[in-house]
Amino acid sequence: MVSTTTGAAAGRGQPTPVGESAEVNRPQRRYRASRRRDTLAALAFISPWIVGFLLFTAWPVLYSAYLSLTDYDVINDPNFVGLDNYKELFADPKIALSLANTVFYTLIQVPLHVLVSLALALLLNRAMRAAGFFRTAFFLPKMTPPVAVGILFLLLFNGQSGLINTVLGWFGINGPAWTTDPHWVKPGLILMSLWTVGSSVIIFLAALRNVPLDMYDSGKVDGANWWQQTIHITTPMISGSIFFVVVVNTIAAFQTFSEAYTAFFGSGNTTYSNDAALFYAIYLFQQAFQFLHMGYASAMAWLLFVIILIITLIQVRVSRRLVYLEGEQR
Amino acid sequence: MRLRRHRVGLTLVALLSVTACAKGVSDNPAPQSSQLGPSASMSGSLQVMGFGASDEIATTRLDLAQKAIAPATVKLVQGDLDVQQFLSAVASGKPPALVYASRDQIGTFASRGAIIPLDECIQAESIPTPDFVPSALAQVTLNGKVYGIPEFNQVEVIQANGNLLKQAGLTIDDVNGSSWERVTAANKKLTKTESGKLKVIGFDSKLPEFLPLWARANGAELISADGKTAQLNDPKVAEALQFAVGIYNDQGGFGKVKALRDSADFFGKKNQFASGTLGAMPFEQWYINVLNDVSPQAPMAFGTFKTKQGESVAFNTGSAWAIPKGGPSPAAACRLAKTMTAVDSWVAAAKVRADKRASQHKPFTGVLTGNKVADAQIKAMIKPSGDPKWDAGTAAVYLANDHTFAMPANPADAEFKTAWQDAVNRVLNGQQQPQAALDQAQKEAQAALDKAWDNWKNK
Repeated sequence: MVSTTTGAAAGRGQPTPVGESAEVNRPQRRYRASRRRDTLAALAFISPWIVGFLLFTAWPVLYSAYLSLTDYDVINDPNFVGLDNYKELFADPKIALSLANTVFYTLIQVPLHVLVSLALALLLNRAMRAAGFFRTAFFLPKMTPPVAVGILFLLLFNGQSGLINTVLGWFGINGPAWTTDPHWVKPGLILMSLWTVGSSVIIFLAALRNVPLDMYDSGKVDGANWWQQTIHITTPMISGSIFFVVVVNTIAAFQTFSEAYTAFFGSGNTTYSNDAALFYAIYLFQQAFQFLHMGYASAMAWLLFVIILIITLIQVRVSRRLVYLEGEQR
Repeated sequence: MRLRRHRVGLTLVALLSVTACAKGVSDNPAPQSSQLGPSASMSGSLQVMGFGASDEIATTRLDLAQKAIAPATVKLVQGDLDVQQFLSAVASGKPPALVYASRDQIGTFASRGAIIPLDECIQAESIPTPDFVPSALAQVTLNGKVYGIPEFNQVEVIQANGNLLKQAGLTIDDVNGSSWERVTAANKKLTKTESGKLKVIGFDSKLPEFLPLWARANGAELISADGKTAQLNDPKVAEALQFAVGIYNDQGGFGKVKALRDSADFFGKKNQFASGTLGAMPFEQWYINVLNDVSPQAPMAFGTFKTKQGESVAFNTGSAWAIPKGGPSPAAACRLAKTMTAVDSWVAAAKVRADKRASQHKPFTGVLTGNKVADAQIKAMIKPSGDPKWDAGTAAVYLANDHTFAMPANPADAEFKTAWQDAVNRVLNGQQQPQAALDQAQKEAQAALDKAWDNWKNK
């Protein structure tokens, strides 16, 4: 008698007649061999990235953990100092100053960035034939090199002849010294950062286009005005995108460097600087590449990593209650 | 989450792209005497970092240096010195043969073992060190050893708008620093404001960069002669800072002065002097050539910067040649450095420059070489231009060149400079009073100096 038991049946625990198992398992073996081949092929295709990741990301990250425990000046061998660099972090007043500057910048810049880009996306969503032009126009500044933005900051926010104070002057407002007054340096940089909201606008616009129109129709039937629709339909429906933009921009804000460095510590000002613009990443750069304190700078990098990790975890935890993700099971 | 990891990873990669290849250089041998000197054989291609052959002064000397090291050849890594590129090359055991750096970087490089002392090079090639400007040589001397062959000298002179001075009933002597009361009074006379906006900067004391000059004019030094002790909170330094900041305060504050200064076309035809928006300032001599090129009709007046005792004084800076530790051709590198800074090379280059300027119907204003003998010979080549104001500028430059001082080399150059400049900036930004700012800078600078000298001693 010839058995007709299938592999699937065998898998369910039904007995397989002796002497026929090899023949029955052949498709399974073929399937496994095929999967193995596919896996190897996939690994081969992805191997350039894996090698790159291991060499240029994983290894430097691990090595920086070691360096953070050393005194290292690039030229000579690292000298193991234990936790001295970390102890020094807590005694260095410039760490506190640069962290305070960075936190202030983040707390103001991220919400402002989200609000402005969302407002522009809402406007853009209403534009009909000109939408393509404005989409490009809003995105173009994002292509501007950050160094150019830093120089542009000095020109636009010049207290005497800058465009910002000139416009304020039209309304009878005597604009501040944005580039030298410590109280106005960070607000100026925050306003300047809005120059590059383009990418967030595009993300929000894509999310807005995905909101089902029949929800708005239902809202209209129930008598909801534009504002009510925005608050009760649009915002919840694009909350996933808002969450993404908030997380990404929080990380970027904590790492802000190029524009402020150019304007206050680099080519824009070779000797003049302003403590108010000393962000954490700038101080890290100074320690690493100006003073050649690579061990200390590595410890700074790990402190920043931990801070960003904690904040991101908090954001993820909070998002569970506030963010709607399509297809999510709760 | 993945994005976060990616971004943080990128930050660390940026930080560690250099450090991941960490390797000490302590085993690299210093050149032996037998490798250097007139009988040394030279071959191959000599890589030079940090030197750009951008004008006739550079190319003329480089041609002579090429001949001196033949059959070896020179390969320039164009552009200003990239410190990270240089240090990475040294750390990886593949340094360039020669490096051209700012003199205030020499202490840092030397203390970390990135460059070698040049005693043997100087002896073997008979480089006449007494010919160099003493303050320039001091900038490349650390713990009694010379680590660089200096070249070029930047010195400051007072540059003023003669018309504005005349209209205010002033002369160049009122703004040369010999009397701070006269400078204050002149500043007030020259300053013009309109509807609360500054229109003419009366006097620009050029802070923060020229604090060493103001301190010296007041009889103080920012650092001890051996480069080991910071003297930033010396009351005379605080007094100098107070005065120089007061010049800005009399014009409505540093913010207004900087805003007007930043909006100027510094290198163009509408520069501050040509447009009549600046009364006077101490500034480096190279700017005289810029002004002569772009606005020869500008109503300029020049003079030396003076101490309170009326003596001319200038804070000098410049460049230097240094040989990296483990460099492939120390003999050729030494010969090249010697030839680039030799009197004959400077004079040959100056002749080419003078001929070029004559063909353009422009005055030859000399070249400050960092070499006293070369300076004297080049000065003798200068002819009256026919325009007394530019001749006065040239005379002031050479007088200032005879009265220079510099901050000595130290192993914490960058930290020391950052400490005092940050202090000045805190005062300019209204965050601290001069003495408090300098007290803080003194602590920061001394801690950096102590640590750097200790590290060097322990190596």
